[in-house]
Amino acid sequence: MSLAPDLAPAQSDWQAEVWRLLGEVKDPEIPILTVIDLGIVRYVRGASRDALRVGLTPTYSGCPATEVIRRAVAQKLARAGFGEVVIETQLAPAWSSDWLTPAARSKLAAYGIAPPAEAVSNPKRLFGAASIECPRCHSAATRLVSEFGSTPCKAHYTCTACLEPFDYFKCI
Amino acid sequence: MSESVAHVLGEEPRLRYVLRLADTSLILGQRLAEWVGHAPALEEDLGLANIALDLIGQARLFLSYAGELEGRGRGEDELAFLRDASEFLNLTLVEQPNGDFGKTLVRQLLVAAFQLELYEALQASADARLAEIAAKALRETRYHLRYSASWVVRLGDGTPESHARVQAALEELWPFTGELFAQDSVDAAMVAAGIAPPAAALKAGWSARIDAVLAEATLVRPGDSPFPWHGKRGVHTEHLGYLLAEMQFLQRAYPGAAW
Repeated sequence: MSLAPDLAPAQSDWQAEVWRLLGEVKDPEIPILTVIDLGIVRYVRGASRDALRVGLTPTYSGCPATEVIRRAVAQKLARAGFGEVVIETQLAPAWSSDWLTPAARSKLAAYGIAPPAEAVSNPKRLFGAASIECPRCHSAATRLVSEFGSTPCKAHYTCTACLEPFDYFKCI
Repeated sequence: MSESVAHVLGEEPRLRYVLRLADTSLILGQRLAEWVGHAPALEEDLGLANIALDLIGQARLFLSYAGELEGRGRGEDELAFLRDASEFLNLTLVEQPNGDFGKTLVRQLLVAAFQLELYEALQASADARLAEIAAKALRETRYHLRYSASWVVRLGDGTPESHARVQAALEELWPFTGELFAQDSVDAAMVAAGIAPPAAALKAGWSARIDAVLAEATLVRPGDSPFPWHGKRGVHTEHLGYLLAEMQFLQRAYPGAAW
């Protein structure tokens, strides 16, 4: 089971164009991230630009952004002149914050959201949570306020050095 | 189960099993959503709402699958909003009223620890659809368990007042946990088909998790007792009807309303 998106080794021009366009579709709740940054585009398949299927995976089961993202993807491709576009939901393998791209992690930090501190697959994770760095002053002296923040994917922290509250993109 | 319910739901054990999973998540999600705007602090309001959102999201995945298994054209919305109480197959524990914040978190702890064990096992289900929903839900459930366990510890090992209240909640809710590990003919059929783990096999892992939290919370584990409730067979406490009256009002009053 491959954890990486299904990128065909030799892509046709239209497939490359789809991936490029999807790189412009923003997450409605964290608009600095695109659907590519989030790692939720799982495949682009089809016979031609008039019959293609895009596989998306939800971040959290109940995330209200999922429906908005599906519509945004369909609209983006329709406007670029693609024909029949079917958006499919792929549940397995389940999305993990490990799939955020390196670009996504630096964008999050610059935006004031601490990126996931460690890989979910890291065995050390079993022995207590890592320390979360403040995205503003970079102090490690931070405190968990709540496991749940303003969206399903974030927790709420406070920095005890600069006293700023901040969001932390959870590890799942 | 009464004849009428058997008729409505059909005889397919897999459909009933999936509805049990779906309804347990849906009803608990609805219960938690009752806290929105009423929790003791904004952070906990968001916490409970987020857990509710995860549970309702999981319920949607299970209900859509149930609709496909049933094959009568009913989707997640029809199954959620247009079934009567006796057709709901959730565990009786999840329909119990919220009570105070402590009781809600005790209930959440008992259910999350159970769902964690269940979803871990269901990842290996012979039913590929259930396996993938379980794998998805499992990641979310870990947070539900962490959140509820941390609150039960804080309240149990807190003031004499908070300790007494969560101990009382634990004793009130404990008898409902018997149903979690009781196996009936639907469960047996699922176990035989390699679709579900034997319910009793989940108890050791669940007990270990619960005992660890209770010890840290300085709470005393109540003794097991016989249970007369059979929510997963459609026989509910009176509380479910009131919950459904609120949850289903809009679709009952304005059939087909959408936005």
